[in-house]
Amino acid sequence: MGSGTSVSCSITLNSVLTKEQKELYQNPEDIRKILNECKTIAIVGLSTDKQRASYFVASYMRSAGYRIIPVNPRADRIFGETCYPDLKSIPEPVDLVDIFRPSNDCLEILQEAIAIKTKAVWLQLKIINEEAAELARKAGLLVAMDCCIKMEHGRYCGGLHEAGMNTEIISAQRVHRYV
Amino acid sequence: MKHEKEFGFDTRMVHAGHIPDSQTGSRAVPIYQTSSFVFFDADHAAELFDLKQYGHIYSRISNPTVSVFEERMAALEGATGAVATTTGMSAQLAVFMTLLEPGDEVVSSSHLYGGTLVQFTYTLKKMGISVTFVDPTDIGAWERAITPRTKALYGELIGNPKGSILDLEKVGALAASHCIPLIIDNTMATPYLCRPMEFGATIVVYSATKFIGGHGNSLGGVVLDSGKFDYTRFPAVADPSPKYHNLRFFDTFGHYAFLMKLRVETVRDVGCCLSPMNAFLLIQGLETLSLRMDRHVSNALKIAKFLEGHPKVAWVSYAGLPSHPQYDLARKYLPMGPSAVFSFGLKDNGGEDVRLAGKKFIKSLKLFSHLANMGDVRSLVIHPASTTHQQLSDEELKEAGVGPELIRLSIGIENVEDLLWDLEQAFHAL
Repeated sequence: MGSGTSVSCSITLNSVLTKEQKELYQNPEDIRKILNECKTIAIVGLSTDKQRASYFVASYMRSAGYRIIPVNPRADRIFGETCYPDLKSIPEPVDLVDIFRPSNDCLEILQEAIAIKTKAVWLQLKIINEEAAELARKAGLLVAMDCCIKMEHGRYCGGLHEAGMNTEIISAQRVHRYV
Repeated sequence: MKHEKEFGFDTRMVHAGHIPDSQTGSRAVPIYQTSSFVFFDADHAAELFDLKQYGHIYSRISNPTVSVFEERMAALEGATGAVATTTGMSAQLAVFMTLLEPGDEVVSSSHLYGGTLVQFTYTLKKMGISVTFVDPTDIGAWERAITPRTKALYGELIGNPKGSILDLEKVGALAASHCIPLIIDNTMATPYLCRPMEFGATIVVYSATKFIGGHGNSLGGVVLDSGKFDYTRFPAVADPSPKYHNLRFFDTFGHYAFLMKLRVETVRDVGCCLSPMNAFLLIQGLETLSLRMDRHVSNALKIAKFLEGHPKVAWVSYAGLPSHPQYDLARKYLPMGPSAVFSFGLKDNGGEDVRLAGKKFIKSLKLFSHLANMGDVRSLVIHPASTTHQQLSDEELKEAGVGPELIRLSIGIENVEDLLWDLEQAFHAL
């Protein structure tokens, strides 16, 4: 997966983050590292409603080869996978915690993420909590905030391009773009 | 070394949207002349149809060659993405079909291509959408025409056919203050000369047939979205879609929602998709866009100056000349020049009907081709009152600023001395 050694620049996102915040929380190199190195993703706030954004993201990432662990206290199983009420109940190592919860809930979730020793955390589009993000970053975790993991994956793996979107990736090298 | 760099316009012109594929390594963009694409299995097909996966299904919705054209246009415009269409006419119609519902209103500049005026006045009316036309240079007129049902403002940055320049920042601010998008037809300028999203436009449409393709050989259009507009108030984009199990496009796709909806609903249902062959030809055009535009503009300025000083010319309307009423706006929004299409009026010499003089002038030209297009590498000439605008009433003609003496030129990339020679010998024949 990924786009080899191609050069990219920050995508033009409808993000309210400042330039400095984008460098910290939407850094293309960190995002590529997360997508390349994290194989098991716990999705906090994954909905059972098939038309919700969280379900779209989860089913996309599953098809792209990632293992998805749903975290939702009000559901038993999603995609046939056991749902856990919170991160600390998950009985296996988690590489990435992806969050679809209101910004105010994020501090507590990220404290849990740090406690279970996850490598990275991802706050989806429009979910912004700088205090929580800084806590995770200072604990040595890779952090992405106010962006979408499906869009970012699609950007590096060609799917977003197929939808006519601006990936802002330029490369003259012959590389594998597809998973 | 950092793997992050913002490349320049010319680099994007030849590279953006196309990475050599791993299978063949083809350096040129391949033409994927196929109607459809094979699924891996039934689950893959279901996820594609549900929009849970990106990927090609059928070339009416997306096609790999067309995707290169789309991403390249988006990269040049600084847009979030693009959807290509058969023509510029279908691009703007697809925007309205995606954005609006019956009963909605649009306020539009009256300085438009004649075909657009007809589409807005009659075709949109059939869809229950009414358009109010205003003098684009009068910001008060825009403001007065907005009602609670107005859902969009529309204009050509360089208005047809007199080259009036829209004050993008003012009209963009007005649109923003009413929480409605400003839609700009930027066909004349191309993203090389101006990127209207940098001045407040939300959606930009092109007839790619013109300067984008540049060689007068392929029809095409494209819709681009800035990705910065909040479509919450637009039920056509934000409400659950019965076509996709009540999917809420704006919730699910965020800043990609409008273009996704336009592609997988409007273009899918209407069938106004760009063909792969035309996408390839338009990509060839894009690869030399800045080089061609520089020549188009420098030739146009020399010819406009020549005409302005000519005794048989009553007036020249080119925003690159200080005599043009929006010269200052052109300098602001189009610092490299206001494209290469402009009009001039033949002087009424008393005796002969000026309309006949116009016909004689066009007949005498040897290098300028008389036809209904613009933005070709070859120089073109047309008499709008008897061609592009002939469907309009006298009143509409006047409103659009087209008189019987008006001749429109689209300046090509020939040697400018040869074009000047041609014009001079045609004047001599009058």
